[in-house]
Amino acid sequence: MALIEFENVAHSYLRSPARMEDYALRPMNLAWQHGGAYALLGPSGSGKTTLLNIISGLLRPSAGRVLFDGRDVTDSSTVQRNIAQVFQFPVIYDTMTVFDNLAFPLRNRGVASAEVRSRVSEVAEMLELTDDLRRRASGLAADEKQKVSLGRGLVRSDVSAILFDEPLTVVDPYLKWRLRRKLKEIHKRYSVTLIYVTHDQGEALTFADRVVVMHDGSVLQEGTPQELFDTPTHRFVGYFIGSPGMNFLPCRLSADGAEVAGQFIPLAAALRSKAAQATGLEIGIRPEAIGLKGSGKGLAVEIGDVVNLGTRKVATCRLGEHEIKVVVPPEQPIPSERGVLEFNPAMTRLYADGRLVG
Amino acid sequence: MKDRGRFIWLLVYLLVLLLPIYWMLNMSLRDNNDIMSRLAFFPDHPVLHNYIEILTDPSWYWGYINSFAYVSINTAICLVVALPAAYAFSRYRFLGDKHLFFWLLTNRMAPAAVFLLPVFQLYSALGLLDTYIAVALAHTLFNVPLAVWILEGFMSGVPREIDETAFIDGYSLPRFFLVVFIPLIRAGVGVTAFFCFMFSWVELLFARTLTVTNAKPIAVVMTRTVSASGLDWGLLAAAGMLTIVPGALVIYFVRNYIAKGFALGRV
Amino acid sequence: MQKWQNQRAWFLVIPVVVLVAFNALIPLMTVVNYSVQDIFDPTHRIFVGTEWYQEMLLNSRLQHALLRQLIFSGLVLLIELPLGVAIALTMPRRGGWAISATLVIIALPLLIPWNVIGTIWVIFLRPDVGLLGHFIDHTLGIHFDYPTVPLQAWISVMMMEVWHWTPLVVLLAYAGLRSIPDAYYQAASIDAASRWAVFRYIELPKMRGVLTIAVLLRFMDSFLIYTEPFVLTGGGPGDATTFLSIYLVKLAVGEFDVGKAAAFSIIYFLIVLLFSYVFYQVLLRAQRGEVR
Repeated sequence: MALIEFENVAHSYLRSPARMEDYALRPMNLAWQHGGAYALLGPSGSGKTTLLNIISGLLRPSAGRVLFDGRDVTDSSTVQRNIAQVFQFPVIYDTMTVFDNLAFPLRNRGVASAEVRSRVSEVAEMLELTDDLRRRASGLAADEKQKVSLGRGLVRSDVSAILFDEPLTVVDPYLKWRLRRKLKEIHKRYSVTLIYVTHDQGEALTFADRVVVMHDGSVLQEGTPQELFDTPTHRFVGYFIGSPGMNFLPCRLSADGAEVAGQFIPLAAALRSKAAQATGLEIGIRPEAIGLKGSGKGLAVEIGDVVNLGTRKVATCRLGEHEIKVVVPPEQPIPSERGVLEFNPAMTRLYADGRLVG
Repeated sequence: MKDRGRFIWLLVYLLVLLLPIYWMLNMSLRDNNDIMSRLAFFPDHPVLHNYIEILTDPSWYWGYINSFAYVSINTAICLVVALPAAYAFSRYRFLGDKHLFFWLLTNRMAPAAVFLLPVFQLYSALGLLDTYIAVALAHTLFNVPLAVWILEGFMSGVPREIDETAFIDGYSLPRFFLVVFIPLIRAGVGVTAFFCFMFSWVELLFARTLTVTNAKPIAVVMTRTVSASGLDWGLLAAAGMLTIVPGALVIYFVRNYIAKGFALGRV
Repeated sequence: MQKWQNQRAWFLVIPVVVLVAFNALIPLMTVVNYSVQDIFDPTHRIFVGTEWYQEMLLNSRLQHALLRQLIFSGLVLLIELPLGVAIALTMPRRGGWAISATLVIIALPLLIPWNVIGTIWVIFLRPDVGLLGHFIDHTLGIHFDYPTVPLQAWISVMMMEVWHWTPLVVLLAYAGLRSIPDAYYQAASIDAASRWAVFRYIELPKMRGVLTIAVLLRFMDSFLIYTEPFVLTGGGPGDATTFLSIYLVKLAVGEFDVGKAAAFSIIYFLIVLLFSYVFYQVLLRAQRGEVR
């Protein structure tokens, strides 16, 4: 286990990067705590895998330092850092049995065979692979192979962190939940640092204690799933997280609040004063934080499509030229043509040029 | 570093490969009398008349052009036909598949000489003698099985899950093949293209039998170097040197295919 | 891997079958036809059934040629396969000018017409005017006269053969190695595997397909070899390097009977077929033992 720190780490795949765009990973400072479960979330090309490979030592950053428990490991290899990594597709030794696969990292390090046997049995039991120990590893299904990959990381008692690079990509959808549950169990039992790269917010938000959202090589926000949901600090985070994502409405400040398409939305005075000089103002509000009524006080909107998802309904409303999505409990009736929206003031956020105000 | 040791062996091997070729170059720049009379590491007075004769005599350089023509046609046919077939062998089970696969290879197992006459009669009956297409087709006999076998080997290294994911994502089979699959088996395609080119390029028997003048390949033209006064060593060596050039270009073109190999990116 | 059952896959295979069958079946039938006849000239033929086959199989010169051929092909496989793989392992992994130059140089021997190869080596091996011949004779002090010394003839033919064809194995092995995703090497490094372990557990298993092709290809081609040894030694001294193909041609040229040659060709074909089939089954079992 280790405290992993990034000090001004940046990386470019080009030999002489000139502009910011040449960097796959923009300069950043991060810290990963002992035994934490982290998710690196972001679309393809956001730099997640680059970051992961820098942590594991498979990639040496063009700039900055990587520290494990205060030691500079920037030049150390993966082996020296005691990292285990699970890749996007199952990487196993085809010619060996499951047992030999799991024993391989230990045997290479000269561990006595009695201890090898006990560690392997323990991990196999944890991963429900005990019945397969004598089988050729190549004959297993994709999710079982990933378990073997994972197991090779777990057998080493001194492993400082286990890194996952979109490991469920080749696993059948209905088996994904089994593996995810396994990962949570492992985390509880071994309290080893887990860092999990994914582009699937569902995976990230259910797996991790803390989520790091990335976009275009930068870390946009780091926080608990709830923090990211309630208070996205960046427009992209609000849009990427949640299904559907946050609504963004260009607005102008007015006397007591904000004005969108000629209509009034209440806004706290403190927020207004902070944003007084700002440009590119937008109201950000989650579809779940909006109340929809037939009539009364609030924003007058036209009701468009309504999609019934079983556990909730999503209504797409129109305010002038803007679209607002609202999530509504399944039993609640929705007016057919016109309605009134009420924004929860505690959940109404203000963004200036894509950044959270306040 | 360990790597340094490895490269020494590679360099030794490359040197060994180059020696006879250097010798061929050496011979190509000398007169026949000179070649046969003494050992010379470097030609004392290099002469170019061997090369000049080849490059200016139409019957010589047409030989190169002819060879290049039918070999290119052959390589194209082989790739186009072998790729789908290899995919079928790799991904599907069908009636007689294993036997068919092995039967393909059996076509490389017979001594060619005795087949010359029947093949000649066949193509003559079709009116295809002395055409590029005749030689190109005749060569598919041994090149297509090779192509199918090599490509199948590389295709089987790509997990079927990739295919399934692509089909679920809405790719049609041709589009999947071109956009997703072929880049993954690049090394196999590169190697196959080179081998088809190479085996067709050096093949002499069928090429000689099926051609007269219009499509006469360089290998046949080179037999002209035997005359009453014996073998024209210098000329033969020069012709040999020039023969290497097209093939060297081909492998240069496919080098990235072979070297970059498997690129399993995000599908 | 599990394959999908689908008879419609035949459509993908039909072009290949048509092309190959067209070139193969008709000529083959003709040859079989000749092989059971005694042909004095196109208008005088007698059906003789298996007479040619019996005569050929009992022919002691053919049996000797077959033995020489088996030794030759055996040596070819023993030398070229390990050597080719070893060279492929030393070749640079990343692109760049180094690998481009290496690939081109390695391809060169394969591109020279086979008669030219034989001719060049004839000169190359002459003690008076050839680089290698001179080196062996003068520098190493061995009296080198391969046209008259059987062992030297064999060594000369082997040197030429290994020089000529090992690059094929190298190219196949290298392409196979390049097809291994980096993640395997990364995982091996994480598992603290030794270089030998990486070869044994990752590279060799993943090259099985490519090596099967290399074995079959080199076996078949070396078993049928004709031009290069013929140009170099003419089959001599005496019969020392008369491999099966060379004997076949000697026979066909010496006799004027196409029937005999046709029967020999069929026998030849069946021998290659038998050995190849055995090789193939053995390698397939080894492969299947791994993957399932």
